Amino acid sequence: MIAELGLAALWMAAALAALQLLFSVLGLAQGKAELLSGVRPVAIAQGVLVLLAFLCLVALFWRSDMSVALVALNSHSAKPWLYKFAGAWGNHEGSMLLWVTVMGAAGAAVALFERALRRDTHMATLGAQAAISLGFYAFLLFSSNPFARLDPAPRDGQGLNPLLQDPGLAFHPPTLYFGYVGLSVAFSFAVGALVTRRVDALFARAMRPWVLAAWVLLTIGITAGSYWAYYELGWGGWWFWDPVENASLMPWLAATALLHSVTVLATRDALRAWTVMLAVVAFSMSMVGTFLVRSGILTSVHAFAVDPERGSFILALLAIYIGGALALFALRVGTVREGAQFELVSREALLVVNNLLLTVILGVVLIGTLYPLMTEAFGHKVSVGPPYFDRIAGPLALALMLAMVAGPLTRWRRDRAGVVGGRLIWPLLAMLGAGAVLGVLAHGRLSLLSFFGLVIAVGVALGSVIPLFKRNLRRTPLFVYGMVIAHLGCAVSIAGMASDSAFTTEKLIAMAPGDRVESAGWTLHFDRVAPLAGDNWIAMQADVSVSRGGAKAVLHPQSRFFTSPPTTTTESAILTRWNGQLYVVLGEQLEDGRWQMRIWWKPFVTLIWLGGLMIALGGVLTLIGRERRGWMLRLRKGSAARGTGEEWA
Amino acid sequence: MAMKKKHQRLVLALIALVAVIGAGLLAASALKDEAAYFYTPEDAKVKGVEPGKAIRLGGMVVGGSLKKQADGVTIAFDVTDGKAVVPARFTGIAPDLFREGSGVVAEGSFDRNGTFVATNLLAKHDERYMPRELEGMTYNATSHEMKAQ
Repeated sequence: MIAELGLAALWMAAALAALQLLFSVLGLAQGKAELLSGVRPVAIAQGVLVLLAFLCLVALFWRSDMSVALVALNSHSAKPWLYKFAGAWGNHEGSMLLWVTVMGAAGAAVALFERALRRDTHMATLGAQAAISLGFYAFLLFSSNPFARLDPAPRDGQGLNPLLQDPGLAFHPPTLYFGYVGLSVAFSFAVGALVTRRVDALFARAMRPWVLAAWVLLTIGITAGSYWAYYELGWGGWWFWDPVENASLMPWLAATALLHSVTVLATRDALRAWTVMLAVVAFSMSMVGTFLVRSGILTSVHAFAVDPERGSFILALLAIYIGGALALFALRVGTVREGAQFELVSREALLVVNNLLLTVILGVVLIGTLYPLMTEAFGHKVSVGPPYFDRIAGPLALALMLAMVAGPLTRWRRDRAGVVGGRLIWPLLAMLGAGAVLGVLAHGRLSLLSFFGLVIAVGVALGSVIPLFKRNLRRTPLFVYGMVIAHLGCAVSIAGMASDSAFTTEKLIAMAPGDRVESAGWTLHFDRVAPLAGDNWIAMQADVSVSRGGAKAVLHPQSRFFTSPPTTTTESAILTRWNGQLYVVLGEQLEDGRWQMRIWWKPFVTLIWLGGLMIALGGVLTLIGRERRGWMLRLRKGSAARGTGEEWA
Repeated sequence: MAMKKKHQRLVLALIALVAVIGAGLLAASALKDEAAYFYTPEDAKVKGVEPGKAIRLGGMVVGGSLKKQADGVTIAFDVTDGKAVVPARFTGIAPDLFREGSGVVAEGSFDRNGTFVATNLLAKHDERYMPRELEGMTYNATSHEMKAQ
């Protein structure tokens, strides 16, 4: 019954999305207030129904209902409870259902909480959101039904891909999806503003919190995904420039640019057309990412199914939405009046630099990701790997960091080059100092990129806190702290990346129990290896005693064998210290009884993810700082306050 | 330093255009140098790959060719596509599903003796996974029979 209830809820949600679109279009076209007043309740009901459908799927996985095809194919009754639960979205259909659920919930949230936007733009926005949802409902209902039954039901399921069987699965996809799909709100806002021809500072102020929230979740999702890949794959790397990783990076790059340009629009009423364009691009990148990941065009742990029909379906949706939005943009961009002017030396100008660099990086990553697919269509097999991305994205990212130092130290509208130069003197001196120290201490051991990465990280770290100097710290607005912490997070993250690539020591060795090995100042003693049984796996687990100075610990790397489906995975063991991580992987056993062991010492590698979390925290603080007053007002006044005019044509 | 007020929007649009074109040119130039071309053993033999150039070599591990070196972490094996055979070497922990007769995509470069020195091996990931470049190849490890579509 639960499956049927879920399917019915999904159909009803889709019908409500159609109704929402209809109300919005007819209401706006004919100026009928009674139609428009129906939009918000319908949007909320749609959100509730799609959430119900999603909960039904979770319940089916929870109960291991093998009569549902999706459960039988992707779950197993012997699975630990966490993976039964999270397994609901560890597959193609379930993850697409999660996608529309987030989209419906985001639409309901816009209907419930958005107050600053003009009413007509608000309704147009909800109409646009319904239009996008509708396409993805169709995709689910016609080509990826998660509730399809299996008759007769099998005795037990086939199990979840063991690589996905990790606590990371419980939160990495949901946060990433909230971010990904949250960008659909920015897209709908842009479409709504183009429809009603109201692209201005007010619109930007209304859109900003939604962009910020999506961006924060995207940041957390990417950071978590990177750490997950780092410890789960056992390759010691944290970013592989895998197309699927790029699929999450590209929306993030666009959202980061959007976040900065929407601030220019909100504060200074400049960059109107550009901001709208970026909002369209950001969600387009989310859809491109979904297409890459879900079409089966790529093979990876993320590509659950290879099915050309689904690929074409998503491609068609992509063409309709992106093409439609761009056509609307082309038609309406002439009516978007030019915003406020600014001088060449001004914060606006530096934010333009930020946007251009982010856009160029985005373009380069997009081309590098799609190039192999395009050449393959012409019969050439090509793969584009880390050398390409590192070579271009690395230097561009560092240039972006330099602009990041100067931006917050420059005034809006107009500033004097000499004055800005004076404020930059300390970061510049710090970078020179860091360069000299590194040049002497690590001469010839650093790659150019690592060298400049470390040097610039020092400059950014200092530069990012300068906006707090000479301020009354208690009276400084929260959003200034948010910016400072996010920028500082970039410095921390870059420092971690550079340190990892410059100073990591790796040792690869075959050891027998009882052997001892030294690496990077650590002494590792291979105590023993013994079998171990888990819920649905058996493993060989090694005990490795490690020590350095006074520090002592025992690590337990495993080689794990899963029975359903039959797969071996390596479970790395990681010891985290304040100054880095010791990372040990157990390989296979040789005929003479020795075991392969791979040992890394990675100084300050944890800074990479710490920086990512700081960036997200900065976003949260900015969000609270900017919106707190509005929230408090609304709490006091109830829902009476609405931004501006009720006039619509 | 003031930009002419009238033209600011035009200037910004032009800068954006230049940036986008710049991104394209940058990508094109780097792709020319860095795109690690995928080679089958036959490609490598026929076209020739200069030593040290980073490429991907894909094929099947020839049955009976896999040999472990004394250090315990280096393996030598042959890669074939049914038309040519290339000797390869890898130091590291081979993927779990790397074995004789299975498909492999090796990243690395040729040394001066014509041996492919792999820095990374991508093998069949799980029962449902196949490196994209190897789609359509099947190989019988005992009879050395090879099919490519």
